[in-house]
Amino acid sequence: MPSQAPEAPRTPPSAQARAPVYAIVGNPNCGKSTLFNALTGLKQKVGNYPGVTVEKKVGTAYSQHGVPIPLIDLPGAYSLAARSPDEAVTRDVLLGRRADTPAPDRILCIVDAANLERNLYLVHQVLDLGRPVILVLNMMDLVKRAGLTIRVDRLERALGVPVIACEAVNGRGIIELKMAMSRPDLPLSRHAWNVPIAIAPAVAELQASLAARDGRPPLVARAEALLLLTDQDDVRVAGSAPLCDATLGILASWRRRWEADGTDWSGTLVTSRYEAIGRLAADAVEQGRPAGPSWSDRIDIVVTHPVWGWLVLAGIMALLFLSIFTLAEYPMDWIDAHVAALNTWVKSALPPGDLNDLVTDGAISGVGGVVMFLPQILILFFFIGLLENTGYMARAAFIMDRVMSRVGLNGRSFIPLLSSYACAIPGIMATRTIEDPKDRLTTILVAPLMSCSARLPVYLLMIAALVPGDRVPLATKVGIMLLMYLLGTGGAFGFAWLFKSTLLKGAPPLMIMELPPYRIPRVKDVLLHMLERAWLFLKRAGTIILGISIVLWFLSAYPRAPQGSTAQQQVAQSYAGRAGHALEPLIRPIGFDWRIGIGLISSFAAREVFVSSTAVVFSAEHFEEGKGADIAPLRSALRDARWPDGRALFTPLVCFSLMVFYVFAMQCVSTVAVVRRETNSWRWPLFQIAYMTGTAWAVSFVVYQSGRALGF
Amino acid sequence: MAGEFKLSQLAAGDSAVVRGYPKSGGAFLRLREMGVLPGTAVTLVRTAPLGDPIEIKVRGYLLTLRKSEAEHVLVEQAPAGPETGGQP
Repeated sequence: MPSQAPEAPRTPPSAQARAPVYAIVGNPNCGKSTLFNALTGLKQKVGNYPGVTVEKKVGTAYSQHGVPIPLIDLPGAYSLAARSPDEAVTRDVLLGRRADTPAPDRILCIVDAANLERNLYLVHQVLDLGRPVILVLNMMDLVKRAGLTIRVDRLERALGVPVIACEAVNGRGIIELKMAMSRPDLPLSRHAWNVPIAIAPAVAELQASLAARDGRPPLVARAEALLLLTDQDDVRVAGSAPLCDATLGILASWRRRWEADGTDWSGTLVTSRYEAIGRLAADAVEQGRPAGPSWSDRIDIVVTHPVWGWLVLAGIMALLFLSIFTLAEYPMDWIDAHVAALNTWVKSALPPGDLNDLVTDGAISGVGGVVMFLPQILILFFFIGLLENTGYMARAAFIMDRVMSRVGLNGRSFIPLLSSYACAIPGIMATRTIEDPKDRLTTILVAPLMSCSARLPVYLLMIAALVPGDRVPLATKVGIMLLMYLLGTGGAFGFAWLFKSTLLKGAPPLMIMELPPYRIPRVKDVLLHMLERAWLFLKRAGTIILGISIVLWFLSAYPRAPQGSTAQQQVAQSYAGRAGHALEPLIRPIGFDWRIGIGLISSFAAREVFVSSTAVVFSAEHFEEGKGADIAPLRSALRDARWPDGRALFTPLVCFSLMVFYVFAMQCVSTVAVVRRETNSWRWPLFQIAYMTGTAWAVSFVVYQSGRALGF
Repeated sequence: MAGEFKLSQLAAGDSAVVRGYPKSGGAFLRLREMGVLPGTAVTLVRTAPLGDPIEIKVRGYLLTLRKSEAEHVLVEQAPAGPETGGQP
């Protein structure tokens, strides 16, 4: 006996005391965020769903009459049978399982109209919930270009819901959409789809049990019953709302029955939905003039070509790094100058004393050092956003998947790891596109091993100190740097393999991924995304960075040396100096003394701080800070540095050992703060500090001791 | 040409019709929900430059999957006639 969604009456206007909350659902890549941005403008907020590392996006749209319409943008999903934390959140919110986010009153289903069939699968599931739905056909421009015509009236008749055609990218259809959304009453969908006879009785039984014993509202019970009969993993379906034994019992007995007679129950349900969708699409979509290969296909021939594809990838990588190292220069210098000016001004404005020093040398200098990297971070966010929105990101993952799968990762880890060559922060924040939580965590854990640009000043200083004479031959410089980059990359892949084989071992990751058609994104959207990411970084990391900066300043400023001491003497007897002394026994086996120890400690603020703190500790006179500074005075100070027994401190071997240490060590408080935010706990950042710094020590030890044994 | 073979054995540009795959396993639910069902027409568009994964066209869109996943999908040569797999 087929079960049907009950013919529900329209919601009476008087029953709505507040404005109905809309949830936007749709497949990834259907232009959902563009639509959300078009509807809400800047009136949106990004937060986190408590307990999971999934972002929550809410906003407000305004109708023609200025009435606010609350919106929540749910994570993209292909199906309510969730396979990733993102999809699980979408499912849970729609089923009303999340206490922090009540089930929405109405649902906006967005589909890529040029790709109707697969997109309608999710819509088909959502219609089971019996809530008022508006179907939005997005990307109508692509539909026209492909020579298709969509009979909106037929869709409306078949599904019983309003259907609005849109081009979110151009803003077309938004007004009609807002008008539909402001309607006081919307019909509940009456899509009468017959559950296949073979499993219909099971659906009815489960539905009854879920409603009666697990306390689900009737329509949610039906939707959940269908999900339980789609996904074979009932624990995954139940998620945070476990089922009672009776329900599980019913499920188990039906499964046994089907196993016995060979019915493919989950396949049956999916097939039945697609059959209904196929009939709908055949009726409503008309193919006009046959379209040749689309622009997208033509671009793909080049982009995924065995030869040209690599050139395109290399070109994009080169563009990325070039923009970091050249474009970023100007804003960085600007920020540097202004922070210094602010510092000077505050120094003179406040009365001299401890508070003055705290604010200027502690807070402003510390935070200023991080803010100075903001241009690089913004450029990277922009670039990553552009790659994602144009559709190239999926191609990069496609091309690189084979390499990534060797270490147990997925092609999607490629761009985050690549970005980490410039700065790990945008790279780590970009791991959100990685669906599998273990893959994502592994990528986050190894990303800082890709030698970021902050390590460059350290490498350059050590190379200068290492090579005799004044000028370093370019070949040597490039050669040594390449070696460091290779070490870092090798370490990243090595540890990824290790983690995926042991700690974070999981099911072999799937690489079932859609290649969306190429699009010209709205620059506005990419900029908004960039600003959003940067703001999230500053907000979360900002407080931690400020705190640590002040602590580090405190360690080197106290206790106060007697009046008239040089900076060098001050640092030497400060807490930082004492910490350096305490550290010395630990780092002597890798060739460092307590003064280098101070440098290591201060690098925790940011790696490049090593250069300036070393300048102070070794009392390099006339050493000017800032980019492009002449490091000659510092280099000669390093060359003159001695151990108490008179032998040289910075031998070539020690310089090498120091560089290797920096390749692996986890420094940079900003990265720690971001990892904390992206993993929602302190456990992983602390683990990361431990394993990376431990490895740094171990590798430096091997390098130094074998060097000594070989007579260097 | 009758007879079933694996999706991973399809040559670039060739079309086929899906015949079946194992009833259980993580990949297959997702593949099915993405529209790769028995009776669906698929076309192999290309293989990645490094040899894996493969890219197929199904129900008008492009999907990638690894050869290790495609291995388990059984297909049959598409019957000659109007193109079934390339519908935009």
